[in-house]
Amino acid sequence: MNQAVFTPWDDPSAKPLIRFKGVTKRFGEFVAIDNLTLDIYEREFFALLGPSGCGKTTMMRMLAGFETATEGSIELSGQDIGPVPPNKRAVNMMFQSYALFPHLTVYDNIAFGLRRGTMPREQIDARVSEMLKLTRLEKFARRKPHQISGGQRQRVALARSLAKAPKLLLLDEPLGALDAKLRQATQFELMDIQEKTGTTFVIVTHDQEEAMTVASRVAVMDEGRVMQVATPERIYEAPNSVYVADFIGDVNILKGTATANGTGSYAVTWDEGQRPVTAISDTVFSEGQACFLAIRPEKIAINAERPTDADNAIQGKILDIAYLGNLSTYHVALPGGQVIKAQAANTRRVSRRSFTWEDTVWISWTATAGVLLDQ
Amino acid sequence: MQRFALIFVPYLWLLALFLVPFLIVFKISLSDVALAIPPYTPTLKDGVGPFIAALDFENFAFLTSDDLYWKAYLSSLRIALFSTLMTLMVGYPIAYGMARAPEEWRPTLMMLVILPFWTSFLIRVYAWMGILSQEGFLNQFLLWSGLISEPLTILNTTTAVYIGIVYTYVPFMILPIYAALERLDGSLIEAAEDLGCSRLKAFWLVTVPLSKNGIIAGSFLVFIPALGEFVIPSLLGGSGTLMIGKVLWEEFFNNRDWPVASAVAVILLLILIVPIILFQRNQQRQAEAEG
Ligand SMILES: Nc1ncnc2c1ncn2[C@@H]1O[C@H](COP(=O)(O)OP(=O)(O)OP(=O)(O)O)[C@@H](O)[C@H]1O
Ligand SMILES: [Mg+2]
Repeated sequence: MNQAVFTPWDDPSAKPLIRFKGVTKRFGEFVAIDNLTLDIYEREFFALLGPSGCGKTTMMRMLAGFETATEGSIELSGQDIGPVPPNKRAVNMMFQSYALFPHLTVYDNIAFGLRRGTMPREQIDARVSEMLKLTRLEKFARRKPHQISGGQRQRVALARSLAKAPKLLLLDEPLGALDAKLRQATQFELMDIQEKTGTTFVIVTHDQEEAMTVASRVAVMDEGRVMQVATPERIYEAPNSVYVADFIGDVNILKGTATANGTGSYAVTWDEGQRPVTAISDTVFSEGQACFLAIRPEKIAINAERPTDADNAIQGKILDIAYLGNLSTYHVALPGGQVIKAQAANTRRVSRRSFTWEDTVWISWTATAGVLLDQ
Repeated sequence: MQRFALIFVPYLWLLALFLVPFLIVFKISLSDVALAIPPYTPTLKDGVGPFIAALDFENFAFLTSDDLYWKAYLSSLRIALFSTLMTLMVGYPIAYGMARAPEEWRPTLMMLVILPFWTSFLIRVYAWMGILSQEGFLNQFLLWSGLISEPLTILNTTTAVYIGIVYTYVPFMILPIYAALERLDGSLIEAAEDLGCSRLKAFWLVTVPLSKNGIIAGSFLVFIPALGEFVIPSLLGGSGTLMIGKVLWEEFFNNRDWPVASAVAVILLLILIVPIILFQRNQQRQAEAEG
């Protein structure tokens, strides 16, 4: 895979395909996008994650040309696209509401964009057939949008936006209505298309796993601001704030104060009755500075006996067990009342698992397991 | 039983308000004119046998012998057709404007479209006489603005009839088109633009096809009554405007020839049945597409 070496964002000489320069978008008084500065590079698979109403669709609509920035500018290949109308942009968008033409068949919907150019008929036919095959819609080509299911409609919308093979493709929750299997297949299909055509994708998703699977980089947004932009691994392993850590995946947050106890090592005092925990951090904290220790549940081990080699170990009682199939999440109540989540692989059948409700256990983690955050 | 009653009520309605009057008119069209009250014969007073024996299609034969009638039918069809097109031309932009107006404005605009119905139709047509006559407002305005030096003759011409029909029936065109356009999802236009359409192209390829049902409904709602229109051609049109509604009226009240007038009416109805059935089909298809 060339993805391992694909890091144009680390290359200062690389030219971004899209460049948001201090973009603010207001609807009346309401600020939908707040001073956004962001570069997206060619051939990227860029995912936007964030809670509902944080401005993901608004950002896409500015790229597609349906909204103009109130302040700042957006560049596409170095050109300010502010004055370029949507039909003149080499950008296609898959709408969150699909926006399929109800009076046209599935086939004609997909062919719609192709027919606007000068492409000869046979070529259009071939291209549409290819798209139908890709989205497994061959059987429904002659149907109207109201005669197919929600998931099928979503695939039509996807096929329609892919058909013109644009330079930049904007997908607003493209796979939300698909079942898990088809979704996974389509994700790989999208990645494949991306490899083959070199199209740049910007994708909105509510599914973190999806963002993790497909994206070269992920932007986590909140209330019109981008909180962090990084590769999926970094977003997950090295979030820059409690917000990002909490938004992506499950996390335990211990709120406390930091005291240096070695170079780059801190003792975090987080509960009166507990011994401070040790954490390694690259960020520098001053003496007694408030901090948050974020630890993923799967990085916390759970044992019956106190482990001898762990940097941090606390005793607690199992409050609840969430069975997730391959994993189980144990909710462990500490004496101070806090609940810590620890995850363990279900290597044995459930009936033979080692712990059950009300068991007293030891949870432990290493000094490098957590991330120490200042906000 | 209840179900039966439910279905029966509309049929009873249809029977009382449409079928019975039609049968009466049809019967008169088969009668002969007479100097009596009512002015035709036979009536049921003559007994059933002679009554049936006296009915014939003479009046229908008469309609084909005088070219006034088929010319009037044709002329009505032409006027109804052109005025429907003109009403569409005027009504569509209004409906489009209404549908794109800010949401809080729409009820007011709708009100303005319906408002004329609050005044008598006859008064409104008379008002047009005041506007269109030689000394009317329109001519005075045009003379004052210097656009013309001689007053235009509009009243008592077919042009005045077109103006009258378009004015009277434009709400019937606006309302169904507005209903279709208001439902139209704005993101469809955006999708069309995104896929390479200019504004105008998106209008032709998306907006117009999606308001097709409204256009069809509106056109029928204008065409059907315009075809039999009587008041507008007799008040605004001159002797040169031939319309079947006017002929019908003259047969009834000037000639007092009820049987021939009834025959004219029966033929008019037969002509109207075609667009009415087409209209019903359209409504049904639309209901199916939505259901
Ligand atoms: N045309 C508009 N007028 C006023 N406010 C708007 C308009 N469009 C969007 N907004 C507001 O801007 C904010 C961002 O909207 P946006 O559609 O970008 O959210 P989103 O991140 O796509 O959410 P979701 O995940 O629910 O799709 C929302 O609070 C929304 O109410
Ligand atoms: Mg959205």
